[in-house]
Amino acid sequence: MELIDKLTILSDAAKYDVACTSSGTDRKGEGGLGNAMACGICHSFSADGRCISLLKVLQSNACSYDCQYCVNRVSNDTPRATFTSRELAELTIGFYRRNYIEGLFLSSAVVGSPDATCERMIKTLELLRGEYRFGGYIHAKAIPGADSALIERMGLLCDRMSVNIELPSRQSLQLLAPDKSKEAILRPMRQISFKAAESSADLMRYRHAPRFAPAGQSTQMIIGATPESDFQIMRLSEGLYRKYGLKRVFYSAYMPVAESSLLPAPSTKPPLLREHRLYQADWLLRYYGFSAGELLDEKNPNLNLYVDPKCSWALAHMEHFPLEINRADYEELLRVPGIGVRSAQRILKARRTGQITWEGAKKIGVVLKRAQYFLTFSGKMVPGLKISPESVLRALMGERQADIFKEQAAGRQLSLFDPPPVTREEAYQCLNGEI
Amino acid sequence: MSERRDLVYLYDGSFAGLLCCVFESFYQHERPEAIYTAESYPCTLYPVREIKTDPSHSERVWHAIERKLGELAADLTQFGFLTCHAQKEELLLDFLKLGFRVGPQVVHMLQNETVHTLTHAVRALRNEAHLLCGFLRFSEINGILAAVIGPKNSVLPVLREHFCDRFANETFMIFDRTHKLALFYQGGYARIVPVESLSLPAPGKKEKSWEALWKRFHETIAIEGRLNPRCQMGHCPKRYWGYMTEFGAAEAASFFEQPQPELIPADITENAYRSPRSSRLPQSAGRR
Repeated sequence: MELIDKLTILSDAAKYDVACTSSGTDRKGEGGLGNAMACGICHSFSADGRCISLLKVLQSNACSYDCQYCVNRVSNDTPRATFTSRELAELTIGFYRRNYIEGLFLSSAVVGSPDATCERMIKTLELLRGEYRFGGYIHAKAIPGADSALIERMGLLCDRMSVNIELPSRQSLQLLAPDKSKEAILRPMRQISFKAAESSADLMRYRHAPRFAPAGQSTQMIIGATPESDFQIMRLSEGLYRKYGLKRVFYSAYMPVAESSLLPAPSTKPPLLREHRLYQADWLLRYYGFSAGELLDEKNPNLNLYVDPKCSWALAHMEHFPLEINRADYEELLRVPGIGVRSAQRILKARRTGQITWEGAKKIGVVLKRAQYFLTFSGKMVPGLKISPESVLRALMGERQADIFKEQAAGRQLSLFDPPPVTREEAYQCLNGEI
Repeated sequence: MSERRDLVYLYDGSFAGLLCCVFESFYQHERPEAIYTAESYPCTLYPVREIKTDPSHSERVWHAIERKLGELAADLTQFGFLTCHAQKEELLLDFLKLGFRVGPQVVHMLQNETVHTLTHAVRALRNEAHLLCGFLRFSEINGILAAVIGPKNSVLPVLREHFCDRFANETFMIFDRTHKLALFYQGGYARIVPVESLSLPAPGKKEKSWEALWKRFHETIAIEGRLNPRCQMGHCPKRYWGYMTEFGAAEAASFFEQPQPELIPADITENAYRSPRSSRLPQSAGRR
């Protein structure tokens, strides 16, 4: 089989893996080829708008497992291919030298046993790091069920490791992926987080201590294939961030790839908006100091599809607003819709040199369109601010969402929040009453 | 005290030259209406004063910037000079005048029009440089990696460190078509030199097969059910596409034409690209 055909088969099989980040570690070139940047670099964008940073391929797609949701399951009739370690290493170097990629994302179907699969991947990584002196980014998938000594060897060769938890609950996993157990997934995850912590403690004492997965670990789960609520998902992510120190949790809207009575019908559209809202909420957990319990609860277990999670939280907690931009502290500023991490930091800097006016806030990068309802500037609101249900909706939802909402509301009597933490009228009163 | 405004300066277009304009402006208590280079100079009715670049003046100004305004302001000044802002000279002059009045906190005065415009321009420069770290594409020609870019801002000095570190054992060149500059790197030495035009030989068979592999990967990795060209364009604006292999750069571009015998100048080891205080300036060359 030609190399280009192998590449086609094995990248096609890997494309449903979401993670393509190359961030989290800074490494200078050490005489060989390549370095790593903490910010990560996107090298291209594919037609679906996702970033291409790493050469994302499987070592092999000849899988012995039969997970229902997966294109590579053994019962699926699809062409199979396997890279030799040399082929894959040369491909990586060739792409890297031309600045096509930031490094390699190596995963594999389980060929034979998890241990054998893991060995084969390690051989590729050793070739790259050893013979080719490759210093670029490597993201490797730990194979659940592999021996812990193998996981350890792998962690020393790569920057980031990941173990996919695949589905957000034990029941769903049992139903759709009978060959994988929650325990088999969590064990390597725990081991990686333990090893990484140990290695960073060693590094504090010895400068040349070996670095174990310096960019940490990530995971991904499929949403929309099983009935879990957003609240369950967010709580799971929160636990993973806190307990295992994960760097990222990725969510992937379920794309129907197989016909099965256990799965949504193949004609179902992937829940892309829900996925987007989950990512927004995920950011709130990691950078904005929110907890899952603040955003959602048992009564409102799903994120609002019309407004983003932060706006939704702010509208339900109008007692915190309006906030005086010249006095609020960093954590408070972060909770204002229309203010992000960067603009909050700039506000703090700019405040040292004088009072912030609303014109100034605009220059600093605050999105006044949303933030104006929640801020005062030296005690005053933005002059001429009109608060009508229509304008507030448009500002907080964005034009497109507002149009969709209006259409639906005209069709049937629909409240803004469904099920409502706040109704449209309440939101209006809330804003009006407070301001 | 009112400053004289009814004149324009003419300088040589170098960073040191601009610092000399700042020097002159301070000493004469003037705020020139505009600062031009020989190329950008339109005929004006204002009297024109030609500012000679005097290293002793520029050194003094640079020293004062570092000492009185601090590192952040010095960086902002250097990067500001590389931006494509149409009035960057006047902007930098105003910024430095304000800076010498208020001190190092000038970089935090984000509500001030001058500081806002300057930081905005510098952010655009840094963003463009960051994007190009990813979007730039090399082709291998006789063992040398060559790339062509067409950035709005003069990003080569910003890109230098990244690429020299990443491809330390390679020999490469990056040609900036917009500013007619090229970065050459070989064996630990880097140099940025003015290059009028450049034509590279057409890629060979081996190079073509690498391009084909990359294109195939780029097509395959997209998920059909999620196609979203607007999102793609938002992240990777079309103005970069002309230089990117996967979007058909090699066929469309005219720069792969006749062979060029000598890609790397013989005197590359000479440490020629220097500006005042070379150790701190982004343009500085040197052994890494």
